[in-house]
Amino acid sequence: MFTAPLVVAYPYKRTVGTLLSRFFQSLQEGRLEGTKGSDGRVYFPPAEFDPVTGRQLDEWVTLAETGTVVTWAWQSAPQPDQPLERPFAWALITLDGADVPLLHAVDAGDMARIRTGSRVKVRWADERSGGIRDIACFDLLEGAS
Amino acid sequence: MARRDVAIVATAQRPNEVGSTLTSVELILPVINDVIAKVGIERQKIGFWCHGSCDYMSGQPFSFVAAVDAIGAWPPIVESHVEGDGALALYEAWVKIQTGECDVALVFSNGKTTSGPIDRILNLQADPYMVTPLWPGFDSLAALQARACLDAGVLSEADMAEVAARSYRDALNNPIAYAKENVTAEQLLARPYTTAPLRAHDCGVPVDGANAIILAAGDAARSLAERPAWIRGIDHRIDTQRLGARSMTESSSAAIAAAKAGVGDDRIDIAELHAPYTHQEILLRRAMNLGEGTHVNPSGGALVSNPAMAAGLARFAEAAESVFSGSADRVLAHCTSGPMLQQNLVCVMEGE
Repeated sequence: MFTAPLVVAYPYKRTVGTLLSRFFQSLQEGRLEGTKGSDGRVYFPPAEFDPVTGRQLDEWVTLAETGTVVTWAWQSAPQPDQPLERPFAWALITLDGADVPLLHAVDAGDMARIRTGSRVKVRWADERSGGIRDIACFDLLEGAS
Repeated sequence: MARRDVAIVATAQRPNEVGSTLTSVELILPVINDVIAKVGIERQKIGFWCHGSCDYMSGQPFSFVAAVDAIGAWPPIVESHVEGDGALALYEAWVKIQTGECDVALVFSNGKTTSGPIDRILNLQADPYMVTPLWPGFDSLAALQARACLDAGVLSEADMAEVAARSYRDALNNPIAYAKENVTAEQLLARPYTTAPLRAHDCGVPVDGANAIILAAGDAARSLAERPAWIRGIDHRIDTQRLGARSMTESSSAAIAAAKAGVGDDRIDIAELHAPYTHQEILLRRAMNLGEGTHVNPSGGALVSNPAMAAGLARFAEAAESVFSGSADRVLAHCTSGPMLQQNLVCVMEGE
């Protein structure tokens, strides 16, 4: 039986609301801002509503460009649209000053160079348009891990 | 309102395969006809039809409407569709019977998982602003969870390989299982990483499949099956969608659902856990306090055949069949959905 390719796409635009609008604008301007939850924990990316109580969160905290890997996995064969075209690590990264980690990519080059606890730093995208991809990826901080 | 006694009275499953060129209707029709034939009732006696599937996998919006061709819409029927696993459709049907609006319901699900890159398609279930734009894939997210469990000493790569080896060996006795192999954990550990710390055997094999189940209440159930699998408890819980805000080393939603479903009230003979990754089976066993006396996934489970959107309902079918045959008296069926065990549905069934 023959088959033919079928690619379905949904190219809509959506408004993202007040909290994500501020977050995406701050990323575009090169700042890292999270929100503080009801239990004092700082979320980056910011949480719009408290994951425990459901309360709307509006206390903002500015964070450093450095952070720590809390868990990671090795993407040995990168797939289309992923942050890097050469093998890289996926990681949950807690930024300094934050408590809840974010998902992003680490350009470690080789699986042997990264481990849980590795120190990393934001690499900004050359062109930023307001979105999580304004962070191109994270780089390992040499000698610091 | 008193809870109505509801039981699974019949099940039907397609043999799992890879690269099917059938339409969804062609996949579904045989299991619908099969399950109705098993109870020998007229179609008009089925008061509710509920379908679980995913339009993104079919590559066309409202593809589930076409599936009605497999069940027939005349004379008029009452039907619903869940954009998710058929096990969630079963939960909807159970609620429908609880309302008293019907006594017999037919639940079915299908997944043509191998038509497209399922690991990429499932990204569309993730946070649309923070996760989907990175296109991580479910395997990578599961690998992050597995690493956290390894780091915390919750489990080892050998434990994970033991789960796979047992599943692949048990699948040798399951005629509809796709992947089966007489293999040991040591042999599996010698194979390379795919998405480290995961190896190929740690990830469920994507396959095409379909299945159907008939639920009935009270006397209707007794008249349709010699030994119905009575639903004693069923509960569905969801963890936060924020990946970083969840515990990576335990499944709180599975633990709550298991407690609410009454898992711990008595021994469980057989547990069919929908664990698409080896470490997730271990996390689920821990969350539900399943001990050595429980045989987990005698069918081989979702590791050996993972038809997306049908793998959870398959667990219900396998668990119910073990009650029908008398090989088990009290069983557990489970379904997960979303990345890293985000959602968990737990059901306890008993024979009389």
